[in-house]
Amino acid sequence: MLEISNLVKRYGKDDAVLKGLNLSVTGSEVVSIVGASGAGKSTMLRCINRLVEPTSGSITLNGLELTQLRGAALRKARRKIGMVFQGFNLIDRLSVMENVLAGRLGYVSLFQAVSRRYPQEDIERAFYLMDRVGIAHYANKRADELSGGERQRVGVVRALMQNPEILLADEPTASLDPKTSEQIMVLLQGLASEMSLPVLINIHNVAQAKAYTDRIVGLRHGQMIFDGGPSDFNSDALDAIYGGIENPDDDGQDISVSGGVA
Amino acid sequence: MVEQKEDSLAKYWTRYDSKERWIRYVIYFLTVFAVVWAVKDIDIFWPWVWDAPNQMQNLAVRMWPPELGAWSAIGAALLETVHIATLSTMLTVFVALPVSYIAAQNTTPNRATLWLGRTILVSSRSVNTIIWALLFVAIFGPGVLAGILAVMFRSIGFIGKLMGEAIEEIDRKPVEAMEATGATRMQVVFYAIVPQVMPAFFAIVILRWDINIRESTVLGLVGAGGIGVLLQGAIDTFAWQTVATILIGIVFLVLVGETVTSVLRKKVL
Repeated sequence: MLEISNLVKRYGKDDAVLKGLNLSVTGSEVVSIVGASGAGKSTMLRCINRLVEPTSGSITLNGLELTQLRGAALRKARRKIGMVFQGFNLIDRLSVMENVLAGRLGYVSLFQAVSRRYPQEDIERAFYLMDRVGIAHYANKRADELSGGERQRVGVVRALMQNPEILLADEPTASLDPKTSEQIMVLLQGLASEMSLPVLINIHNVAQAKAYTDRIVGLRHGQMIFDGGPSDFNSDALDAIYGGIENPDDDGQDISVSGGVA
Repeated sequence: MVEQKEDSLAKYWTRYDSKERWIRYVIYFLTVFAVVWAVKDIDIFWPWVWDAPNQMQNLAVRMWPPELGAWSAIGAALLETVHIATLSTMLTVFVALPVSYIAAQNTTPNRATLWLGRTILVSSRSVNTIIWALLFVAIFGPGVLAGILAVMFRSIGFIGKLMGEAIEEIDRKPVEAMEATGATRMQVVFYAIVPQVMPAFFAIVILRWDINIRESTVLGLVGAGGIGVLLQGAIDTFAWQTVATILIGIVFLVLVGETVTSVLRKKVL
């Protein structure tokens, strides 16, 4: 269970990007986070695994407070948080298998990592997961030889190799064509229920958010203005989240419109 | 009316306006001034310059035919030259890589290490190989060891600086992904940074090996081993026919080095 309370993130002296965010995710929920560019979606996700340092507030994952962790304790916590990126973030010159096994880096020694002597069960799990997403036959191909959809599958498998307790996906389909991005959404949805894994997905595509996730969270200017099921997400909510973007001073009105809070 | 005006405008065009033109004249003048000043100041003894064609012809006659009797000694010295280049390049890698890591802005642990790394690179690069060789001959005595260290100390700056730049140009995304898996700092380096700088690394090391072969040929002039020792000896004893053979040998060696490196470079890239 992930519990975010009163999360604030401010870059330098600028206005806060996240203004006291509260969110709790339980079970194997697939939650999509929608919002315009700059609403703070990516910052929120990166605060969870501390790729971005939160300014204040608390984030706990299954009872472990994440915001104060340092050094080895932080690395140990990160092993339990898988992340999928918009740009796939693969190591292009390494093979698919090496990219997938990189998900185990938090569990193996430097020598094992450099000499590629991963435990047999890691290799078996890698083949099982690659087979599950349909890329097992690419194991020895270089990562940059794959198509976008295939590369994102490698990214997903890498994150799952960590044996995570939660999966974060930062715009996982934004670099993909519509058909491929639907496939990736189906895959994330399926894997979440198979592994009873909670998934947080930042997404721009509202139609996909409604079709493939159990819950939608709407962010605007660093604040949550919608939280509910896909069926509650009506045109009012859409308007509150994306409407009047060129006029960012009408926040008060937006919040009142989002009456569909579950 | 309007058409005519446009017409007359189109006929007047200059590449530079008057201010730019003046700047150009000043630069021309300064260049000529620098050349004239330098030639006047360095005090050339002109009779020797006019005599040079004679001397050249004379030297060529004394060099002909090249003395081929000493070929085995020359071959051995050429091989020693290659060994100096190879060993010093390999040793350099072990020192230059850590230095490049702390001299690259995106990987250095803190400001102090960045400053340390850059100082090492600048001091290595600002001292010529021959001057390093003079220093090491004074410390270790004449011989190959002094030569290897001299070439190595000059190469650290070269390989370190270029590798540092390669590290600064990497894509940050894989680094972020590896950090997110809970990898340690060194694991991130070996997975996200090393693969990205590999092609640059091979290209730089091959290039430096090629340069080091050429640098190693002159080390002998200050007693630091290689073919230059024989060359110096032959010049000192006026054995001009042997000098000719050695020069041919050096040209041959450099050509072979260039061929090998261009083949290797094609294989790597």
